[in-house]
Amino acid sequence: MEMPAPNATILSKKAKIVERLQSVLPKDAVIHDEAETRAYECDGLSAYKCPPLAAVLPSSTEEVSAILKICHEEGVPVVPRGSGTSLAGGALPTADSIILGVARLNDVIETDYENRVIKVQTGRTNLSVTGAVEEEDFFYAPDPSSQLACAIAGNIAMNSGGAHCLKYGVTTNNLLGVTLVMMDGTITELGGAHLDAGGLDLLGLICGSEGQLGVVTEATLRILRKPEGARPVLMGFDDNEVAGACVADIIKAGVLPVAIEFMDRPCIEATEAFAKAGYPMCEALLIVEVEGSDAEIDEQLGLIMQIARKHNPVELRESKSADESAKIWLGRKSAFGAMGQINDYMCLDGTIPVSSLPFVLKRISEMSKDYGLDVANVFHAGDGNMHPLILFDANKPGDLELCEALGADILRLCVEVGGCLTGEHGVGIEKRDLMVDQFAADDLENQMAVKDVFDPTWLLNPAKVFPLEASEARRAMALAAE
Amino acid sequence: MTPKTEAELADAIASAKAPLRIIGGGTRPIGNPVAGEVLSTSALSGIELYEPGALTIVAKAGTPLAEIETALDKENQRLAFEPMDHRGLLGTTGAPTIGGVVAANVSGPRRIQAGACRDHMLGVRFVDGTGAILKNGGRVMKNVTGYDLVKLLTGSYGTLGVLSEVSLKVLPKTDTQATLMIHGLDFAHAVKAMSAALGSPYEVSAAAHMPDMGHGAVTMLRIEGFEKSVAYRAEQLMNELAPFGDITVESDPAKSGKIWTASRDVEGFQKADGDIWRISVKPTDGATLAAKLGTDKLFMDWGGGLIWAVMPKGTDLRAKMNGTQGHATLIRADEATRAKLDVFHPELEPIAKISAGLRAKFDPSGILNPGLMA
Repeated sequence: MEMPAPNATILSKKAKIVERLQSVLPKDAVIHDEAETRAYECDGLSAYKCPPLAAVLPSSTEEVSAILKICHEEGVPVVPRGSGTSLAGGALPTADSIILGVARLNDVIETDYENRVIKVQTGRTNLSVTGAVEEEDFFYAPDPSSQLACAIAGNIAMNSGGAHCLKYGVTTNNLLGVTLVMMDGTITELGGAHLDAGGLDLLGLICGSEGQLGVVTEATLRILRKPEGARPVLMGFDDNEVAGACVADIIKAGVLPVAIEFMDRPCIEATEAFAKAGYPMCEALLIVEVEGSDAEIDEQLGLIMQIARKHNPVELRESKSADESAKIWLGRKSAFGAMGQINDYMCLDGTIPVSSLPFVLKRISEMSKDYGLDVANVFHAGDGNMHPLILFDANKPGDLELCEALGADILRLCVEVGGCLTGEHGVGIEKRDLMVDQFAADDLENQMAVKDVFDPTWLLNPAKVFPLEASEARRAMALAAE
Repeated sequence: MTPKTEAELADAIASAKAPLRIIGGGTRPIGNPVAGEVLSTSALSGIELYEPGALTIVAKAGTPLAEIETALDKENQRLAFEPMDHRGLLGTTGAPTIGGVVAANVSGPRRIQAGACRDHMLGVRFVDGTGAILKNGGRVMKNVTGYDLVKLLTGSYGTLGVLSEVSLKVLPKTDTQATLMIHGLDFAHAVKAMSAALGSPYEVSAAAHMPDMGHGAVTMLRIEGFEKSVAYRAEQLMNELAPFGDITVESDPAKSGKIWTASRDVEGFQKADGDIWRISVKPTDGATLAAKLGTDKLFMDWGGGLIWAVMPKGTDLRAKMNGTQGHATLIRADEATRAKLDVFHPELEPIAKISAGLRAKFDPSGILNPGLMA
């Protein structure tokens, strides 16, 4: 993955830029020592590293505004960063950029149970939003796998999803308002505790814009009352296609599970060796979870198992207790860890129409053989959001490149069958150059024109989302202006 | 002009020299008055793809909503955001189109549980003001590839582009429904009761309040699902809400359904004299707003977060909101009033600047419903 060459003029005035940032921030909030900036050299896509010019850690919206104003005046690119868990390189810096980390913005501003909203600063982690309302039995629904570490800021930037979004939606469906700081330092508000912010849906536009339109410092999020209970059923099939058909039948039957997770044989084998969850060895495994009172759960699971039986499962295991539920989820939840034990891996997240599932799995397994790299599949089957994990050896020369090429082929396949490059991780740098496979030149131009309105000089996270070639003229303009 | 294909639509816009007034079925004349030649999408019609197992439907923008609802009904599915039918309230006739629903981001009572139209939108194809055919999103349920212009186009009332095709997420219909009715509450207690219900684990799918207009005040809560589950949750909720007052239950699904069609379409105000306003606020502000507005002709949906108000002709309701966060839209008024008061709530200065900037990019010569929103 190529990144643009750093701007020599910016590098040469580092001292002045640091000094100006120090003039508006506490001493410990400006990190510029080369050894210390290394802490910000990468995110979850750790194959790519580059320390930034400096990193700043503001503690208020006003400080964010002051930082952006200075960077705007100095023509310095800014890379906003939540917790740095992006798998797409969304927070990867360039040597001439400032990392704007929101980690110190982690307060709860207001919890309001009557209106079912919470207002937080966006450096707060996803799980600690739920943590703040748990004692009243409420929760924040979007639950990305990284929820222990990932920040709301990053969730908003990437419009993160999670295992339970079949029922509860993704970030954009649970975000009611934001405080937005624009590149020139202007602070403004979009939406609030009311539903459907007025005018054009700029809130919907900001969510998922990968930190390229503005920096979100505060967010009003919808919170929900916890269901009375939840329990899964585990089912094993000796054919991917049959498992796919079972998913479609469950959905058509009118039950809306909160989660339908799918694991294929390579994934089952790896997680079983690692977590010993007692999964059956078969071609495809589904975990289907429903919510409600005990009686409601029994009724729904009964219906689901009735459907499953028509597809001759090799295993059908209904959870009857919290212990059994935990055991069913154990393997799924440790899938990524299990993969990490075997090898380095790259996690894709293309989405496909559910009806193409058998075809896509078959093609992936063929491609995997062609490339000589193992691929395990674990994903959210209800919404077609795949997570192929490609195993490779980072120490073996050429293996990363081979893995990336296979990944690109798999994502092109997703687009071919009517799907998309990324369902919940974002484009970042990882899928930037594949955007031309999903969008025509006019479509990309249209999206870049939107950035022109928010950030005319293209200083916010400039080398992401769009192929470098497509954004080159605009980024060059920014440099010329500087 | 009534183009029959997307290419004809693009040609019509590319060759337009003067403003165009974009319409679908013409049943929702909402917005500041626009002068211009009518461009109708009604001939861009037909369902292109419907996969019940994938919960996805793709249709051309001019497809009648009724055609879509019939197709979904056959598979026991529906548009979960429950789009309102504006014909009764606005005194229009004709056939609402799916493009019109999307262009105005039309939702109904289930919005509080299932989300708005924009939350069910998966993809758009549209023609911008230069005549370029563009697309965004797709037909899959999770998609964060590039900017979410699907949401931006939804609710943009044809001011950024003319929709040619839309893809939506659909959901299974529920088996049955019931409505709990709490009698005799004032606005403040009604909001408290609705908040308690919506904050319970019993999955209330709609919560509305009609004040006393001759038949007694009634606060309504809908529960949907499988039969046993609906009965169970209705009972639990009745117990929990008992301190608020007398509660009755309508458990005949047909009758319960009628209650919510009437709420969705604001039937109570269809014959009222005066201007009709639609206000979006934080639910607990709904109760205090009622006092500020100085009228009892209010109907609350969305747990108090959506207020329909009847005001004397030409009254500037926004001036009476007096600092309440939220926004008010003038849904029904004569042209002179709409031109005078602005149909959409004025925006904060930086937001207004961005909105204007986006319109200038999407429609550089200002020919798509110019001035309709601002």
